[in-house]
Amino acid sequence: MKKLRRKVYMVAGYNTLSMGTGRKEFNPKKERPGLEDYIKEAGQGTLKLIGGAAHVDECVIGNFMASRFNRQANLAAFFPYVDEGLRYKPAIRVEGACATGGLALMSGIKSVLAETADVVLVIGVEVQNTVKAIYCADFLAGAGWFKNRKAGHAYFFPGQFSDRAGAYFEKYGRDKTRQALARWFRNAIENARLCPTAQEYHNTAKDLEALGMMEPNGKSFVDHLNVFDCSKVSDGASAIAIVSEEGLKRCGIPLSDAIEVMGWGQIEEDITKPPVDLTELSTTKQAIKEALASAGITRDQIGTAEIHDCFTIAGLMCMEAIGFAAQGKGADFILEGHTARTGRVPINTTGGLVGWGHPTGGTGVHQAVTILEQLTGKAGDAQVEIPADRPYGLTVNMGGDDKSLVSIVFKKGH
Amino acid sequence: MSYEERLQHVSVLGAAGKMGSGILLLTAVEMADISLRPENKGKPFVLNAIDVSDEALMGVMKYLKAQVLKMAEKKVVGLRKVYASRADLIDNDEIIDQYIFDVLSLVRPSTRIEAAYDSHMVFEAIKEDPALKSAIFSKISANNPHQPWFFTNTSSIPISKLDKDAGLGGRIIGFHFYNPPAVQKLVEIIKAEHTLPEVEAFAQQYAKNLRKVVVPSHDKAGFIGNGHFMRDILHATGEVDKFSKDFTFVEAVYALNKISQDYLVRPMGIFQLIDYVGVDVCSFIMSVMNPYLPGEDLHSPLLDRLLALGIKGGQFSDGSQKDGILKYEKGRPVAIFDPEMKAYVAISECQVKVDAKLGAMPVPPAWKTVVGSKSKDDMLHSYFGQLKSASGLGAELTKTYANRSCAIGLQLVNSGVAFNENDVNTVLLTGFFHAYGPINDYLG
Repeated sequence: MKKLRRKVYMVAGYNTLSMGTGRKEFNPKKERPGLEDYIKEAGQGTLKLIGGAAHVDECVIGNFMASRFNRQANLAAFFPYVDEGLRYKPAIRVEGACATGGLALMSGIKSVLAETADVVLVIGVEVQNTVKAIYCADFLAGAGWFKNRKAGHAYFFPGQFSDRAGAYFEKYGRDKTRQALARWFRNAIENARLCPTAQEYHNTAKDLEALGMMEPNGKSFVDHLNVFDCSKVSDGASAIAIVSEEGLKRCGIPLSDAIEVMGWGQIEEDITKPPVDLTELSTTKQAIKEALASAGITRDQIGTAEIHDCFTIAGLMCMEAIGFAAQGKGADFILEGHTARTGRVPINTTGGLVGWGHPTGGTGVHQAVTILEQLTGKAGDAQVEIPADRPYGLTVNMGGDDKSLVSIVFKKGH
Repeated sequence: MSYEERLQHVSVLGAAGKMGSGILLLTAVEMADISLRPENKGKPFVLNAIDVSDEALMGVMKYLKAQVLKMAEKKVVGLRKVYASRADLIDNDEIIDQYIFDVLSLVRPSTRIEAAYDSHMVFEAIKEDPALKSAIFSKISANNPHQPWFFTNTSSIPISKLDKDAGLGGRIIGFHFYNPPAVQKLVEIIKAEHTLPEVEAFAQQYAKNLRKVVVPSHDKAGFIGNGHFMRDILHATGEVDKFSKDFTFVEAVYALNKISQDYLVRPMGIFQLIDYVGVDVCSFIMSVMNPYLPGEDLHSPLLDRLLALGIKGGQFSDGSQKDGILKYEKGRPVAIFDPEMKAYVAISECQVKVDAKLGAMPVPPAWKTVVGSKSKDDMLHSYFGQLKSASGLGAELTKTYANRSCAIGLQLVNSGVAFNENDVNTVLLTGFFHAYGPINDYLG
């Protein structure tokens, strides 16, 4: 990747609640906030922090499947609904399945680099609880190749990752891997309990690892994963502003409240092809490699990471894709405590997709907001220590079964 | 004729009723699952839903659709395999819709008994009236060339009597579902004296396929379920009468309902359960059972009196509770009917006074907590252990109630209704959702 022609920062992150089962406020039988409400809340949250809509040059909204979940398209036209000051400003909607949020960030980054904008408002949103999980599975299956849907599992993506888990168990052993997946679940929930917007914030279950060890039931769900291995169905939105140095000044935000975009990997794999190796996230690995190379750092300089644990097994495989653990050693890395908030590299410090929630189109943006909070010391109860010699934060946002990838390296503004 | 062939043409009598609609649902799903097997492609499967009212049958079709939707959503993992060869069905919702269509396509609503003349088997869930049942069975049997089998849902009438009166020659068995059939796991199977072995074998297979818990009962009026329930009612109404000096009627009903729910750790109090089943239904079941119970008077003057005042209970078609002995708001009792005043009196008016009279009690664990707990037995031992040494009025009434419930259970075994104590406990656990069986050593 070419050297960046100007510095790019992210500031003013905002998350709505991740709403769904687990939150005390959630009642599937009662009317809940709609897509437009989440967009508005997140957008206004960030606008307030950057001094209002007048400071915004362009807008990007990331959304995966509102066309089915909410029967709504043309989402860019919701920006003037967020704030009248955004009327007649350029806006665009991007989509890349669960990597949508990451792609929305990339779109904003490129606008700043293209010098068509100094301040880009980016929102990622998904409102999925409009249907039961069994129909949600149909909609989310759109992240795979539709021609594979018929042969796929009723719960399509849990089925895909169950197959990966099965292959991984066979190759590297089941017992320890299952224990590591249960530990991953426990870490996710314990982190989420520290973040008031997390879907699992109210979770009070006592023995989380015992829950995580529940034996999968292929008759009612999938063969190799249980429900605790899966991120939940979530409604939520996150917003952030992507700015140049001029943009920072315009918004009156000090560098200390900003994180700098140091590099990224944004790549695609052929959606029509099966995974090269079920036990490895090859595209994820490549995207992270490019992100680290473009930032000019090694994985050993990463202080914290927000990674795409749509399923616990994806979290484990991502540890190997980053290179924190050798292939087949991801379970040891997790069980030795390295990914816990007190471990060597705290992972998913507000719960990740399993704990915070996975409003699909919003997840990539939420990851950036969490890194912003952690690197600027504003993560509240969820704050982890970022060592001075490892000042970088990493995000890994995956769309489909290791197909669309966005990985970004960040560093505190100064 | 194989199990599958017999299920190719079936009729449900009383299909629009509370029990009949559930039996119709379960049978329709079982028949559809068989019809969808590749080897049965092209074979006709017919399920007649017979009842007296077109209007009620319309409601049944709506009920079926809603229930099959729920069932299909739960088993969509398997349904994708069933419809694997249908290239046009891709998303889960398409598969679920097709399944609903396939189940409902089997069902032929009818108000004419003649529809059953072609059936190989007949499920019956009509009024608990021996003469009516026998007359209908006899009529169908006389006009049906297939020698159909009769599965009666009676909860009280001896099956041998129906067999004899209708002249069925053993082509009948008691197959007693619990309410609601689609939810309750229990089925009591009652063989008549001359029930054909192949009829019983079919009944066992059918229950297994429906994933029901089967408890056999001897062919004695009321069987195990009502054998316990009706006597349990009489204990409670007897206690109400006994306390008429110290308590008003409303106070006594409140006390007994609370004792039988909270202090006995049951899902609902005895008077709420009577309302749930229907005051009229309970009274009628007693009257059916009573002639078969020499030396015992299974009859409640209190229920007669309430019925005469128009207090019936029962449920609305959506399953919600009608007012009966108790008045309900959002499914919870809020008032009790006073036969003197002929009006409901708010529970809040007597609650504090009665609770004080009942005296100090060990805190009972909530029924919901107990049934879902792995340490259920420890919790119950601990609670009843404390209760044993407690001495207030509430504690004494609770102990008397529990002991009577246990005695009823033992009576059912000793009088040859139940095969063993375990069967009695299973019926109360799975048919009445009790947290424990009545025959236990908790107060031992």
